[in-house]
Amino acid sequence: MLKRFSDPDRLSRRRFLTATAATAATAGGVIAAPATADTLADVPPRGPGDDLGAYSPRSPYVQIARIPEAAPGQRNVDPSAAINSKSPLDKFVGTITPTDLHYERSHSGVPNLDPSKHRVLVHGMVKQPLVLTLEDLRAMPSISRIAFLECTGNGWENWKSAPDTVTVQNTHGLVSTHEWTGVPLSFLIDLVGVDRASTWMLAEGDDGAAVARSIPLTDEIIAEGILAYGQNGEPLRPAHGFPVRLFLPGFEGNLNIKWLRRLKFGDQPFMTRWETARYTQLRPDGKARQFQLKQDVNSVITAPSGMMRIKPGSNRITGLAWSGHGRITRVEVSADGGATWAVAALTGPVLPKAQARFQHDWVWDGRPTKIVSRSTDEQGNVQPDRASFIAQVGTNALFHYSAQQTWGIDEAGHVRNVLA
Amino acid sequence: MCAMFWRNLVLGTILVTAASSSTQAAEFGRAASQEEIALWDIDVRPDGRGLPIGGGTAARGQVIFEQTCAACHGAGGQGGAKDRLVGGQGTLASAKPVKTVGSFWPYATSLFDYIRRAMPYPDPGSLTADETYAVTAYILSLNAIIPEDFVLSKENLAQVRMPNREGFVPDAEYIHIGNSR
Ligand code: HEC
Repeated sequence: MLKRFSDPDRLSRRRFLTATAATAATAGGVIAAPATADTLADVPPRGPGDDLGAYSPRSPYVQIARIPEAAPGQRNVDPSAAINSKSPLDKFVGTITPTDLHYERSHSGVPNLDPSKHRVLVHGMVKQPLVLTLEDLRAMPSISRIAFLECTGNGWENWKSAPDTVTVQNTHGLVSTHEWTGVPLSFLIDLVGVDRASTWMLAEGDDGAAVARSIPLTDEIIAEGILAYGQNGEPLRPAHGFPVRLFLPGFEGNLNIKWLRRLKFGDQPFMTRWETARYTQLRPDGKARQFQLKQDVNSVITAPSGMMRIKPGSNRITGLAWSGHGRITRVEVSADGGATWAVAALTGPVLPKAQARFQHDWVWDGRPTKIVSRSTDEQGNVQPDRASFIAQVGTNALFHYSAQQTWGIDEAGHVRNVLA
Repeated sequence: MCAMFWRNLVLGTILVTAASSSTQAAEFGRAASQEEIALWDIDVRPDGRGLPIGGGTAARGQVIFEQTCAACHGAGGQGGAKDRLVGGQGTLASAKPVKTVGSFWPYATSLFDYIRRAMPYPDPGSLTADETYAVTAYILSLNAIIPEDFVLSKENLAQVRMPNREGFVPDAEYIHIGNSR
């Protein structure tokens, strides 16, 4: 049987690099860099390929995976100690995150729920408390929406001092973009007849911790909230809330309760642990900012980025930008540490509250420098530089880090994280 | 199966266009009875609403804590592999803030609520209401928030004043929620 991948000599001749050795500065430095000595005669001959299958595994030449991590600075941990798993932003192209590489964060592992036994209880200040099955939800009218989801802890490596060996996966791997499908929250609100005096809704998960958050019933949340049972065209994966989760475009990850089992309507916040002891931001004066629920305008250069290496000459800078306040309208790139800026191209699609891809061609003269991006959204919010950001919020907030990310480049072309 | 799906879909579409709330409820799901709501209605608000009948003391709580909590949180609520539950007062504005029940949590109700829903980590929901009051009392007394012999109960838990009660500043847009419904 003739199979292209079965000949080890051919494999080595193709000189495909492992993920860690990948140095290509363009996005998706995930596959082998072209071997310079190749002639067309070196390209392996064609032949019948593998059998067709029930689903499509990745090419054996592709090295792409999340990294489970624990608290800030605690990397390369045993999966049992991990509290999140970060997406390889440096290896993505385009704007949609592959389903199995969407970042993950949970408070008590990933429950494996049997959908036939799963129930969603909707009660509190409602005319008719209901028990819903997954079939009920799937029978309701549905909508789909492409939007990002971001953990409020994204960027937390860089609050105080970060090692220069971190990659963009370490610094920014807690944001992803998917198409989410499910029942509009507004439909459910009408269905149970929520009392007009109700202003907050408790959403609770069916995980071990029964993670619960109070959700303010603003027009925006009522209009855009989704009880999602689908991601990227298929049922939710367990890690992302199977069989049903709440999805609130633009709002901090933790509000998007996974494994949703209860919605309770009330007239004040319930003050769970996750809106008091956690997911509140300490200010320099020792008070904590509470209910900072939106993810602010943000961006990061994903290539060249931390631990890559570039060569002098033409380099394409690319990255991702997103804002919980709406559509990204502009991304600027500086190749001199923020002294001068050029407007990057947005390569589309550019959707509200979704990650947008930007790109900028740059010629590196071989001298040490710093590259940085800054984004602007349709409401005019501009991503702050780190110094002004820290001057405003201090370094103890732990969550909602959205300052500009700077990558330093030394004379040998090594790209490293710097706090500038 | 397929016919069922289409019937429901058509039904759904009609309901959306009709947008009348009174008839809709019957079409999806089923009414929840008060008895079954009570099984799942575990949240406790700052005003104490949701607290179950019961009570307990720190002395009783200490016994439970040593058996079911100390392995992760350390004897006396510190020095364990997992979250420290005691101390840290006066550190919140420092370079190294230590956030614990004693230094940071604004409501005792949140503590009861959290233990009831999430702890002990390997077996959440396994404590009785009295046991939950007792370990809550123990953690509060370790932080010198209530005296050791205090009987924490449904009647008084919401009145327990936490040291950092005034330590939170909500974003202005979520202080008064309005919507156009
Ligand atoms: C197997 C380990 C384990 C055991 C046993 C355990 N816990 Fe925990 N506890 C944890 C972990 C892990 C967390 C943090 C979870 C998170 O951050 O989501 C935690 C968090 C907490 C917190 C919140 C701390 C904070 O400041 O946010 C409290 C309070 C708590 N536990 C109380 C208890 C009590 C009371 C018991 C016994 C009834 C108990 N725990 C048993 C592992 C454990």
